[in-house]
Amino acid sequence: MATATFRVWRGDREGGRFQDYSTVVSEGMVVLDAMHRVQAEQAHDLALRWNCKAGKCGSCSAEINGMPRLMCMTRLNQLPLDKPVTVEPLRAFPPVRDLVTDVSWNFEVKKSIKPFKSRVPDAPDGTWRMAQKDVDRVQEFRKCIECFLCQDVCHVLREHRKFAEFAGPRYFVHMAALEMHPLDVEDRTAELKGTHSIGYCNITTCCRKVCPENITITENAIIPLKERVADRFYDPLTKLFRILRGGDSRRSTGPPR
Amino acid sequence: MPEYTTHTYDVLVIGAGGAGLRAAIEASAAGVSIGVICKSLLGKAHTVMAEGGIAAAMGNVDERDNWQVHFADTMRGGQYLNNWRMAELHARESPDCVRELEAWGALFDRTKDGRILQRNFGGHKYPRLAHVGDRTGLEMIRTLQDHGIHQGIEVHMECTVLKLLMDDGRVVGAFGYDRERGRFLLFKAKAVVVATGGIGRAYKITSNSWEYTGDGLALAYDAGADLIDMEFLQFHPTGMVWPPSVCGILVTEGVRGEGGVLRNKEHRRFMFDDIPEPYRTQTADNEEEGWRYTQGDRNARRPPELLTRDHIARCIVREIKEGRGSPHGGVLLDISWIKERIPNAEEHIKKKLPSMYHQFKQLADIDITKEPMEVGPTTHYMMGGIKVDGDTQMSTVPGLFAAGECAAGLHGANRLGGNSLSDLLVFGKRAGYYAACFAKKSGLGPVADAQINLAASNALAPFERTNSAEGPYQVQQDLQEMMQNLVGIVRTGGELEQALPELERLGERSKHLAVSGNREYNNGWHTALDLPNLLTVSEAVTRAAIERQESRGAHFREDRPNKDPEFGKVNIIIRKGPAGEMQVIRQPVPAMPQELKQIIEEMK
Ligand SMILES: Cc1cc2nc3c(=O)[nH]c(=O)nc-3n(C[C@H](O)[C@H](O)[C@H](O)COP(=O)(O)OP(=O)(O)OC[C@H]3O[C@@H](n4cnc5c(N)ncnc54)[C@H](O)[C@@H]3O)c2cc1C
Ligand code: SF4
Ligand code: SF4
Ligand code: FES
Repeated sequence: MATATFRVWRGDREGGRFQDYSTVVSEGMVVLDAMHRVQAEQAHDLALRWNCKAGKCGSCSAEINGMPRLMCMTRLNQLPLDKPVTVEPLRAFPPVRDLVTDVSWNFEVKKSIKPFKSRVPDAPDGTWRMAQKDVDRVQEFRKCIECFLCQDVCHVLREHRKFAEFAGPRYFVHMAALEMHPLDVEDRTAELKGTHSIGYCNITTCCRKVCPENITITENAIIPLKERVADRFYDPLTKLFRILRGGDSRRSTGPPR
Repeated sequence: MPEYTTHTYDVLVIGAGGAGLRAAIEASAAGVSIGVICKSLLGKAHTVMAEGGIAAAMGNVDERDNWQVHFADTMRGGQYLNNWRMAELHARESPDCVRELEAWGALFDRTKDGRILQRNFGGHKYPRLAHVGDRTGLEMIRTLQDHGIHQGIEVHMECTVLKLLMDDGRVVGAFGYDRERGRFLLFKAKAVVVATGGIGRAYKITSNSWEYTGDGLALAYDAGADLIDMEFLQFHPTGMVWPPSVCGILVTEGVRGEGGVLRNKEHRRFMFDDIPEPYRTQTADNEEEGWRYTQGDRNARRPPELLTRDHIARCIVREIKEGRGSPHGGVLLDISWIKERIPNAEEHIKKKLPSMYHQFKQLADIDITKEPMEVGPTTHYMMGGIKVDGDTQMSTVPGLFAAGECAAGLHGANRLGGNSLSDLLVFGKRAGYYAACFAKKSGLGPVADAQINLAASNALAPFERTNSAEGPYQVQQDLQEMMQNLVGIVRTGGELEQALPELERLGERSKHLAVSGNREYNNGWHTALDLPNLLTVSEAVTRAAIERQESRGAHFREDRPNKDPEFGKVNIIIRKGPAGEMQVIRQPVPAMPQELKQIIEEMK
């Protein structure tokens, strides 16, 4: 049977290094299977997260050959196995141990977002009526499995470390889901511009490219939200200018603002 | 004396799946302080994986549906061993619970007139499952999570409870550790709700995650609570079988609800060959009628692919055993054939079953819009669990409540698909409410140091053993292999008896295993600590299965292939005896009130 080598980051908060593990690979295996095999046979204390093994829970996020991906949905036959496969934790977040990172910041951001607030029911029995086509748009956002791969890849967080000011793509998707929810009557425009700094996003589309749920994060969520902010806070000319500028990613190389 | 941090709450909820979160929200609404503990990150519990839908007789698609029909369906599915009070409350209250989710922001698929759409599922007479494509569980847990985080609930993510703490027969708290640092935690509470889910990790082929080690059942059992119906473990008929690394991953029943059919390698729809008597009048006897049913023809009867799970799973096992299986030892499940019947079938399948489409495409290189899937039974759901009072969800231990998959009663001998998500809502809510009531009229109890010391030293023991000892993974794997072979889907008295000494040997090994590394996020250590729970529930399943000398619902004994009316009158209780031995007790099924009996008669 074939074997493959996995170059796995082992370490903790203080630091760590890559360690190579060779293991037998068989048909249909995914990276998570390989990590489990390493764990069972060679490194009992290897730390990793997983739950569903089917791309539904968003627990097993890691960087595989430098790309943020779900370990359970990355087939080994999609990777070149003639050289070691690197497996490392999400680099935007503080390491805990091995492949586990401290993602608690994300949960705090969510708490800071104004929750869903519904309009009064449409029918006397206390229920609402919604058309499927209005629901479709928001259901796309609600597919999010909170894997935080998009957060990991976003340069505003990863390079510029704007954790204190910037909500990140996952939470723009979340806010888009709330703002476009057919029943929601809350207004989050001021916070989008203020505490969540949607303006830092310069539509590089990196987040959209890594989303395992194929959510069109930039076009369907972030840009419409930016438009709402622009409609509220800027005159039409500035708005046009900003959209044009925001749409061109090559122009911004340095930290935003 | 071990070091630990102390947290104090009125109500402590163990588990942050649908049941735990719903309980916490309700308890918080009742004005008490709440702590929630879960082994994974928030929003990753099993509930997130549920696909098909939530059963609730709202009658949005077929107005003939109502709580009485749902009640009768649930009882029939459970072969009348269900706790009838739970089945009644569940059928009556689930529609409001679903609407409550909508009020908190859940977005279900819609009917043409804009109401919540409902789909067909096995054993449900009318289209009854509120759903969002095939990711209903995600919608549910996210709605509860996003609502819950604004209700003043304190959540301890990635923490595991090792022990319930007792004082004078009453529960007074729990002791555990945080997975990240491995530090001990003491939770003092006036009431505790256990909502820890199932036990699927006792088996090799399962749709369940690493979390499902039966912790809540073992914790409650050790605290003196009765377990009930432990012989009834659901094997879902359709898990993936190929490639080996995905074996056991669930293929939702929604596939069959949307018109998917089961065939053997001879291309025969074998489900037509064996329709059990109680379902004969409700089941289509030709392919044409079955198809019309899935397309909403109200005068058609359901296809045999939508019979109950226990029966379908056994038919699949028969096909495979008799040599009519698919190339990798399953049978074929085909949804692609519907292109013969409807235009745009490909788009339709992708829209209705998006995650199934992706799952097969990405993990098995199969395009389900073009070719059949290979499927076989997988360990899926525990009908048995902690025995609770139907109204309050309190166990036989004062102050200890249970809800969700770890509690038992609603489903009897077999659960209908979709009845779990509704179970979580209805009984999570009730457990939260009654736990809050209990907390309001009770004080905090004293916590004995001896209990804490014992739990802590047991937890640390694997580090102290020499490195030459065995590690935890091998013992877990051997247990899974053994349970799969001896206490699986088709059982015999002889094999069940063989399992007992095997369990004893595995128990011995678990007492001598060692773990390497330190206490920080050490998966090996965590596996070692979950093992005693797995062993306890495995023994309970085995002993209950030995006791029930008949075949009923999910429990099938080849040596006793028929139902025995005497066993139809009893539930089997598992209780910890005074000397620590596991007792098996037959308890008469409580008599049903006349008006419920009448509903069942009318629906026959
Ligand atoms: C793939 C799949 C598909 C399904 N589809 C459907 C469906 O369509 N419809 C339906 O009705 N049902 C379905 N089910 C069944 C249903 O999803 C589960 O029964 C249900 O979600 C269980 O919910 P719960 O709240 O009881 O437990 P869970 O959601 O599993 O939550 C258990 C919680 O307890 C925590 N926990 C466990 N042990 C400990 C411990 N020792 N200390 C601290 N915390 C602990 C866990 O971390 C977790 O947070 C499906 C199940 C699976 C696996
Ligand atoms: S598009 Fe915006 S949010 Fe997405 S990665 Fe780029 S900067 Fe970040
Ligand atoms: S938006 Fe996509 S990438 Fe981001 S957390 Fe959600 S599922 Fe993951
Ligand atoms: S384990 Fe759930 S997404 Fe990978």
